[in-house]
Amino acid sequence: MNILIPAPLRSYTKTSRVDASGATLAAVLFELDHRFPGIRFRMIDEQDRIRRHIRVFVDGSQVFDLQHRLHGSEEILIVQALSGG
Amino acid sequence: MVTRKTSPAKTKRAPRARSATRSRAARAQPSRIVVLVATRKGAWLIQGDTARKTWRLDGPHFLGHIVSHVVLDPRDGRTLLAAAKTGHLGPTIFRSTDLGASWQEAARPPAYAKAPAGEEGRAVDHTFWLTPGHPSEPQVWYAGTSPQGLFRSEDGGATWLPINGLNDDPRYRKWMGTRQDGTPDGPKMHSIIVDPRDLAHLYVGMSGGGVHESVDRGQTWEPLVKGMEVVEGFDAANLAFHDPHCVRLCPSNPDRLYQQNHCGLYRIDRPSDQWVRIGRNMPQKVGDIGFPLVVHPRDADTAWVFPMDGTTVWPRTSPHGIPAVYVTRNGGSTWQRLASGMPQRQAWWTVKRQAMALDPGDPPGLYFGTTSGELWMSRDGGRRWSSIASHLPEIYAVEAAQVAVRR
Repeated sequence: MNILIPAPLRSYTKTSRVDASGATLAAVLFELDHRFPGIRFRMIDEQDRIRRHIRVFVDGSQVFDLQHRLHGSEEILIVQALSGG
Repeated sequence: MVTRKTSPAKTKRAPRARSATRSRAARAQPSRIVVLVATRKGAWLIQGDTARKTWRLDGPHFLGHIVSHVVLDPRDGRTLLAAAKTGHLGPTIFRSTDLGASWQEAARPPAYAKAPAGEEGRAVDHTFWLTPGHPSEPQVWYAGTSPQGLFRSEDGGATWLPINGLNDDPRYRKWMGTRQDGTPDGPKMHSIIVDPRDLAHLYVGMSGGGVHESVDRGQTWEPLVKGMEVVEGFDAANLAFHDPHCVRLCPSNPDRLYQQNHCGLYRIDRPSDQWVRIGRNMPQKVGDIGFPLVVHPRDADTAWVFPMDGTTVWPRTSPHGIPAVYVTRNGGSTWQRLASGMPQRQAWWTVKRQAMALDPGDPPGLYFGTTSGELWMSRDGGRRWSSIASHLPEIYAVEAAQVAVRR
């Protein structure tokens, strides 16, 4: 499946879109971390919570549960959510 | 993540010091100072010459990152650690072994253990403080975080583990408080001090929560708060009400520590366990409230502070808008104002607890950074000051490190 990487995380991927696979969102993020070491912890804390200013959308719907099941053809958008100076 | 530094910026010249005598050690091995400036929007390495006269801004490093602390490892003179996060992204540690020419991210930044199912676990919001370990343990570093936690790396900063003897002690969990306690952006574990005579002897400051000591390399801890005052009306017996802002050990007499507290300036001479409020000797119109404090590298009677307004709603700015550093040269019995070169009116500066530093020169160079992005320096022990950088983002931390001059 195709994943949109937000600008703050492109220092890891060097590109705005990457392909990854996994049966759950958690599995996809672990695969990303295997390929781009460190990227997961910047998005997910040590209690497996999505960080406060990170949002994840699967096929246009916001997902809060890392165990959200995936079929393999979804588009995943990871976005930054913060405003102000 | 690996990043490369960006191009240097401008150069400023500091005024000539009257007493520019160099130590024998400095003559034997040419060295210069690099000032490590951590800001809310990145880090700068401000490169000095051998005379501390000209300064070149090298940066920004990690532009846009909230950098809480950048520290040079004095044990090898070239390894840098930087504690960083962004508004969106979680906290991490960057490490450079070439004085900032390139950086590598920690494989395992400070993080708490995963909580058992059904329990709410803690997550590090940011690493606030970095301290190199004892010289006999060249790969050891300590980190203090917010929410408050103490972490140790034994591989030069690549991987970090929690020190559970403190982090999980039920007493300390209570004293550490929650996100609502302590400073506006979260309570801080700070002032991690390793006794130069004994690698197992550690001190930490907790904002809030008090000053604490371990004699077994962090496995167990005991409070060291006797004599410290708390806000009027609160019970000093409750450790949660104590708020040390900055604690420093004197390198020339490791039994002496100074402390800038939310409630005054203190000194302790071990093995006494009693802090003495030396800030009562400050001018009454200035008071003894502030955040940073630095101690002379070779004279345990000499320390410098940057007082701030702790009255009414706690403006935390220079009292009356007239900034000044104060020095004691007799262990806190008397204090002298040092402000030559600074603005004389309408200068409402704030200097955070990590944003004052000194170098090991003779006399030591003094540095402080303001939240309005100015870096000031004195080459003569504080008699005369000049700005060596301005227009930086909000300065969080300043360190002055000695590095060898390349031949």
